[in-house]
Amino acid sequence: MGRLHAEEMILNMGPQHPSTHGVLRLKLRTDGEIVSHIEPVIGYLHRSFEKHAENLEYQMVTPFTGRCDYLAAMGSEHGYAMAVEKMLGIELPERVEYLRVIFAELQRIASHLVAVGTFGLDVGAITPFIYCFRERELILDLFEMASGARLLYNYIWIGGLAHDVPPGFVEKTYEFLDAFEKRVAEYNQILTGNKIFIERAADIGVMTPEVAINYGVTGPSLRASGVNIDIRRTEPYSIYDRFDFDVPLGQGAMGTVGDSWDRYYMRVLEMSESAKIVRQALDQLPVEGDVQAAIPRRIRPPQGEIYFRSENPRGELGYYIVSDGKNVPLRLKMRSPAFSNLSVINEIGQGWMISDVIAILGSLDIVLGEIDR
Amino acid sequence: MFWKRKKTDVTEQEIYADLSKKFGDKILEFMEEGTHNPTVIVEADQIGKIVSYLKDDERFQFDSLMNLAGHDPGAESELSVIYHLYSTELKHYITLKVFTSREEAVVASVANIYQTANWHEREAFDLYGIKFDGHPDLKRILLEDDWEGFPLRKDYVPAEFYRGMRIEKVK
Repeated sequence: MGRLHAEEMILNMGPQHPSTHGVLRLKLRTDGEIVSHIEPVIGYLHRSFEKHAENLEYQMVTPFTGRCDYLAAMGSEHGYAMAVEKMLGIELPERVEYLRVIFAELQRIASHLVAVGTFGLDVGAITPFIYCFRERELILDLFEMASGARLLYNYIWIGGLAHDVPPGFVEKTYEFLDAFEKRVAEYNQILTGNKIFIERAADIGVMTPEVAINYGVTGPSLRASGVNIDIRRTEPYSIYDRFDFDVPLGQGAMGTVGDSWDRYYMRVLEMSESAKIVRQALDQLPVEGDVQAAIPRRIRPPQGEIYFRSENPRGELGYYIVSDGKNVPLRLKMRSPAFSNLSVINEIGQGWMISDVIAILGSLDIVLGEIDR
Repeated sequence: MFWKRKKTDVTEQEIYADLSKKFGDKILEFMEEGTHNPTVIVEADQIGKIVSYLKDDERFQFDSLMNLAGHDPGAESELSVIYHLYSTELKHYITLKVFTSREEAVVASVANIYQTANWHEREAFDLYGIKFDGHPDLKRILLEDDWEGFPLRKDYVPAEFYRGMRIEKVK
């Protein structure tokens, strides 16, 4: 006897939906409560970044990159600056490299805090979100101290930094690290080991390494599947080869390797690793050095092209830049990590309940600003 | 403890030489000057076969398509598509490039080889109007379905109105 089929229904989740992390529309084909097909519809936040970039001088593009991934603006700026510097062949003062790493890693912590907090929020745990934002606030204070801005910094410039950090910054960062390293245990207490949370996340939306690589999934979501790829490690850029840190991999501690819980837990572990890097960078930070010494006055990269990638909180952030020798890029493409990470949702979300799709989406940690660009 | 870069055995030149032997005149050129990523230029309709050969061959194992980008160098020239491949196993790279005419921009799709390419090809179609032959669901992705023209082409002139709303001119 055939199974009784309920009529299939198309359900629109979004574009205005609290758990889509922005303006994303998911077209769900549902059979009762079970989702049989997911079609993400994106582009609601498209701001023609690449078109704009073709009309702007290289240094004018920097603030735009931060607006793409607004939760990790330092990371986006860092990647862009490094790509152009590589085209120009600029050597940076040591102090600049260290400060950049400090900011990029603080940004990673801040971004992962949002990811962890909102993931809890998506599956019904409201309190951890408040805890996470408490610490994120401290990081934003540090960013404000250095750049004057709390979300979109325009701080990492091609060839250097907008200005040096103010007196007292290093001490305050140490203070933050001391406080933060203890507080990670609180997240573990309140969320990671929470029975209800584990029930909602473990074994849900398992992503195998083959699927992850084939879909171009990168960052913590890829490492949760047990693939040991972190660009900071496999292909160290900037000065990442000088620091001692671990690359956490998914173990399937609560269920299967590559489930939503693993993807969540990768971020918790990575925050501690980033804190380790920041501490080492602060210890080694050279006192002397003009952060603006290497900033070129006119930026005209020689004719040619480059694809440069760096490890952003969400994964591999690549810039494909083509220069024709002028002061505006001929072509600038941002390979945004969340764009590829989101495309996998149909593959791993099929056959789960609607509420599980929300958990899976939350575990992928997307930012629509960089998906739509 | 500190990581040391693993030496890959295969260089880009060797990949080019191997591809030339295998595919003959379908492999057009090897470009090392003027790019930070050594590039093999190939025929647009053969890209699928070449990529799947690179993916399946034991020596190369290019299992990851990092990036796929359309490119338009200028209103007079041909459009191109660039593929940045990476091997997660062997940690090496190769960049492939195809050219296609402006009027009839058609490139073989690689979406059935790399799922990443599905959305990236839709993006290149959306912004450059490059058709990907064999793509399962080729439609606009970032712009509205009824948008006119392909904005990243150098000769793109925006329409005056979109659904009755005035489109403001950039510059």
